[in-house]
Amino acid sequence: MVKEIERAGIPVVHVCTVVPISLTVGANRIVPAVAIPYPLGDPNMEAADEKKLRRKLVEKSLAALQTPVSEQTVFEK
Amino acid sequence: MSKLRVVHYINQFYGGIGGEEHAGHKPECREGVVGPGMAINAAFGEAAEIVGTVICGDSYFNENVEEATKAIIAMVTNLQPDVFVAGPAFNAGRYGMACAAVAKAVQAELGITVATAMYEENPGVDSFRRDVYILKTGDSAAAMRTAAPALAAFTVKLAKGEAVTPEADGYFPRGIRKNKFVEDTGAKRAVDMLLQKINSEPFSTEYAMPTFDNVAPSAPVADISKATIALVTSGGIVPKNNPDRIESSSASKYGAYSITGVNDLTEATYETAHGGYDPVCANIDSDRVLPVDVLRDLEAEGKIGKLFETFYSTVGNGTSVANSKGFAADFTQQLLSAGVDAVILTST
Repeated sequence: MVKEIERAGIPVVHVCTVVPISLTVGANRIVPAVAIPYPLGDPNMEAADEKKLRRKLVEKSLAALQTPVSEQTVFEK
Repeated sequence: MSKLRVVHYINQFYGGIGGEEHAGHKPECREGVVGPGMAINAAFGEAAEIVGTVICGDSYFNENVEEATKAIIAMVTNLQPDVFVAGPAFNAGRYGMACAAVAKAVQAELGITVATAMYEENPGVDSFRRDVYILKTGDSAAAMRTAAPALAAFTVKLAKGEAVTPEADGYFPRGIRKNKFVEDTGAKRAVDMLLQKINSEPFSTEYAMPTFDNVAPSAPVADISKATIALVTSGGIVPKNNPDRIESSSASKYGAYSITGVNDLTEATYETAHGGYDPVCANIDSDRVLPVDVLRDLEAEGKIGKLFETFYSTVGNGTSVANSKGFAADFTQQLLSAGVDAVILTST
């Protein structure tokens, strides 16, 4: 799905936990996530802290969307 | 000749530990055969014997690759095997990634014969087929009856150092070229092939070109504070009770859902339709997969222009590449005509 969106010329960031799969699939902007069942959260955290964590990941994704890339790029933690 | 010592790798499901709720299971080692190891061991006959089985949860492995690999290598080393076999993993993505990654690590660390098996769309194939022998299987455990003896026979053949080819033995080509002597010169073979082509006769190339389907990165968003951002997920987030009945695996459709006026995904209003991962966390708070709450905050603060009023969702579990492409090609038209500037796509 990532590739089809990008093919249309819309920049897309893939937020996912298993980065090697994303690289194989062909995403160009990749933001590593927390865990498979909760990529943008952590049930072990207090709700407020969890939301902060999610916000950080979303802000990182937005930053990735504003960054020019020439090849597959993983925006590390 | 004494029997080859084999160590077998399987996941928590085939290890009989449990389903998704146990996918976080740390590596453990058991003596002898477990689960599908029985069928593989039976097929080995007098040639080989499974002396130990390593079991690891699929999520644990993929979320802790280095740590898990280290622990598994130690367990395998301890059993002093001649051969290492993993799977078969069929179309289970995380399991396939684990089987192939572990096989690659064992091959590198112990220098022994390794083999695994899975379905062609398993991401483990494209990620690791150049590194290790991966035998082709069907897409579900229904193919175990044929996959187990095939994997056993293939493994013994490899261990004996017999010649194998992708065509004769049914493994995914590793991209290795071997020199061999043939009667005709390259020029004659090339002309023969050309004549066959002109005459519409079947012919096969001696060097298949890889097909790359990489898409060039799009230009970045110039001003995110004015941009319309859309959310897409393969994590199966749907309105409560899954109105479109998106399948929990091998999805045949995607859903388009309005989030106009929705500021937070709650347990009462949204859930995941995705099978293959433990849905508890996503069902309690679907923002953990699809971050609507945070994007609404950012929208209100003027950090982004607008959150697009529709999100698109399907289930990535075992869903074919062809279906996924079709879904995305379809909803991307809607994104384009609505003037969406960028997409955040989340996967579980």
